[in-house]
Amino acid sequence: MTDYGAFATDPLFGLPLQELWFGLVFFILGMFLFLDGFDFGVGAIFATRDDDEERETLLAAIGPFWDGNEVWLVVFGGALFAAFPAVYANLFSRHYLLMFAILGALILRGLAPEMYEQRHDEAWQTWWGRAFVVGSVSAPFLLGVFAAHWLLGVESLLSLPGVVVGLAVVALTVVAGVGFLAMKTRGSLQRDVADYGPRAMAAYLALVVVTLGYLVAVRPDLGVLAPIPLALVVVSLAAAAGYLLALRDGRYTLAFATVPVLVFAFVALVATLMFPLADPATGLTVADAIVSVLPLNIMSVASALLLPLVFAYFGILYSTFSGPIETGESYS
Amino acid sequence: MLDPVIASRLQFALTTIVHIIFPVMSMGLAPFLIYFTWKDIRTDDPVYEQLRRFWTKIFAVSFVVGTVTGIVLEFEFGTNFAAFSTAAGELFGGPLATEGMMAFMLEATFLGVFVFGREKVSDALYMVSAVAVGLGTWLSAVWILVANSWMQTPRGYELARESGQLVVSLVDPIAAYANPRFPWMFVHMQNAAVLSVALFMAGVAAYHVWQRGIDADDDREGARFWRKTLKIALVVLLVTAPFQAIHGDAYGRHVYETQPQKFAAMEAVWETDSYVPEYIFAIPTSLEHITDPRAKELLGIGIPGGASWLASGGDPQAEITGLNEFDTEAPPVAIVFWSFRLMVAAGFWFILLAFWAAYRWWTDDLYDDDLLHKAFVGSSLLGIFAVEVGWIVTEVGRQPWVIQGVLKTADGVSPGLTGFEATLTLVGFAVVYSGLLALYTYVIRRIIREGPPSVDETAAGAETASPAGVTGDD
Repeated sequence: MTDYGAFATDPLFGLPLQELWFGLVFFILGMFLFLDGFDFGVGAIFATRDDDEERETLLAAIGPFWDGNEVWLVVFGGALFAAFPAVYANLFSRHYLLMFAILGALILRGLAPEMYEQRHDEAWQTWWGRAFVVGSVSAPFLLGVFAAHWLLGVESLLSLPGVVVGLAVVALTVVAGVGFLAMKTRGSLQRDVADYGPRAMAAYLALVVVTLGYLVAVRPDLGVLAPIPLALVVVSLAAAAGYLLALRDGRYTLAFATVPVLVFAFVALVATLMFPLADPATGLTVADAIVSVLPLNIMSVASALLLPLVFAYFGILYSTFSGPIETGESYS
Repeated sequence: MLDPVIASRLQFALTTIVHIIFPVMSMGLAPFLIYFTWKDIRTDDPVYEQLRRFWTKIFAVSFVVGTVTGIVLEFEFGTNFAAFSTAAGELFGGPLATEGMMAFMLEATFLGVFVFGREKVSDALYMVSAVAVGLGTWLSAVWILVANSWMQTPRGYELARESGQLVVSLVDPIAAYANPRFPWMFVHMQNAAVLSVALFMAGVAAYHVWQRGIDADDDREGARFWRKTLKIALVVLLVTAPFQAIHGDAYGRHVYETQPQKFAAMEAVWETDSYVPEYIFAIPTSLEHITDPRAKELLGIGIPGGASWLASGGDPQAEITGLNEFDTEAPPVAIVFWSFRLMVAAGFWFILLAFWAAYRWWTDDLYDDDLLHKAFVGSSLLGIFAVEVGWIVTEVGRQPWVIQGVLKTADGVSPGLTGFEATLTLVGFAVVYSGLLALYTYVIRRIIREGPPSVDETAAGAETASPAGVTGDD
């Protein structure tokens, strides 16, 4: 047997690896919510467009990106499995039907644009257009329910706080989709889309306020009023103000740049409120659930090497398709 | 309502059987697409642009369906096999996470460039994107098979009990991940994928050659494209089909050495015996022979000592341990036995088909032998079929274990799962995946019927793009 020495017994460079991995898992979830979030938002905005050309433009806007964006969810599952297998197993089996509902929504969202482009008769495109909208809206809603139930330790399929957070996540994806499309489109479509921004943001903020009020009143044990959560709320408000001002001034790239701030503030809030627990429903802490030192060290080295490469891939992808969607540029 | 253990196993079987079609398509198409892209960039021949564009369409659709069905599998370890995931997460989670970061990210991002970016990037970056997508699909297989092969021949772990729960902890990652089964599986699977796609391409090309009566000097639209497709597929078939059989033979010996119970099930040997015959063509003469095959009672052509010969690598006297000798119950023998035979029969048929077509090519009759074309059309999906039955041998043959000799499948299922939930999702998947397969078939058939983009169209595409100076392919 190979002797792995200190690599098998001591965390790499004496780093607090379990906390770092807890953060990394939520960071990856945040990357998914940010990147696929604007795809979902585009799907929701798709419902408001009747014109064929505009619909094609919306699909073309996310065409090269959405598959790569969705892989962040795969990596989220993998990272959770690798670092906190008990949390992965408990959480996914406890939310059995919810997980499959999320998968169903993602199947619909992924398949629909591909099908939409296959035939150009009206009945077919109406059907797949609707499927695209339903998938794009229900996926973030169910993911919001999942996040709320994870944090609050809810075991039922649906709950009131779950629904509120689910709607908040849907609103957030519309905020993201507006930012993305305002940047990628031109003309009347751009103006129309930008108009949805303030309404989506108002809905998001209202739903977040309701959620925070609920947490303060019903779950004081989570400590919403502690400095870090409050700081995250302030950051969110500042980003929201920036988004609205940038949209008003037609500075769409700047408006889109506030979206990751909003998304990561949201995800960080969930993670902060949960910590030091990793699975509140079972009372499992981060320290209880973490894998042993050797596999953790291996995965830390692998991630440190691979994640920078992943960012480089995304850099190439997004710079290849930077700039506005050209009219008539088709999805496939 | 079904028992949650049964329902979970059926659901995992169903979702895997459907999912594997799409990775086989993408992994098998990858080397072809790299070749087409390279030739498209390096030569003036428009047929390579047609080949690249046509097969990229099929690749892209397969990839999308592969993505959405692949996430399902990753989630199912947690939803349905929580006890397995908790116990073996240290060994099993790592390869899955690495697959996501190293492989899936690479394919999914460069796929965007590869499918949508021909006019937007330089030749060099376009070539890089083709290689990156192909490499990504194959690296994906590396990590998935590292995880799976470890379940067949587990090493590098220690067993412990933490508060009554079994924990499989990783103590020697090199031993665990470079386990004895991995190289066998990887070579067998990747060659099978390329072989399956070669058969699919040959079948599609033969269909057009046959239906349109394309001959060697036909210059109608698309004629040259289909001739070229058929020839390229045939060359690949000639290499991969015989290789698969030779490799499979040695792989069988490795299974005998490492998983004797599975080997006994493949041969339906119940009593330990030497000089065991190999029934290549087993003919069931009663229903019971199908549901409960027993090597000794089968009517068929048994090669005396054949199974012993296979197991030992040349010794017809070698002893095969019978299923009755093992402490655990036998795997479902009938499924393993017949799946193995179907896979082997398909494999021999592929070799025959390859030689037949090569002979016709040599006699200059490749485009004239309609019987051959029909045989190719009928065999288009047989490669994928062989992959399916091959995996059934691997996975059903390992039962009752989920990790060979370590953890039983029944003990790996989520403890809180109810029969209602498991049955509900099983039925849901049966419905959704039937629809998914129907849609996939529909789309692929449309792409095939439409045929390649016309040569004029490809030339026009290059012309409009050339002022921007981004394409130099013609």
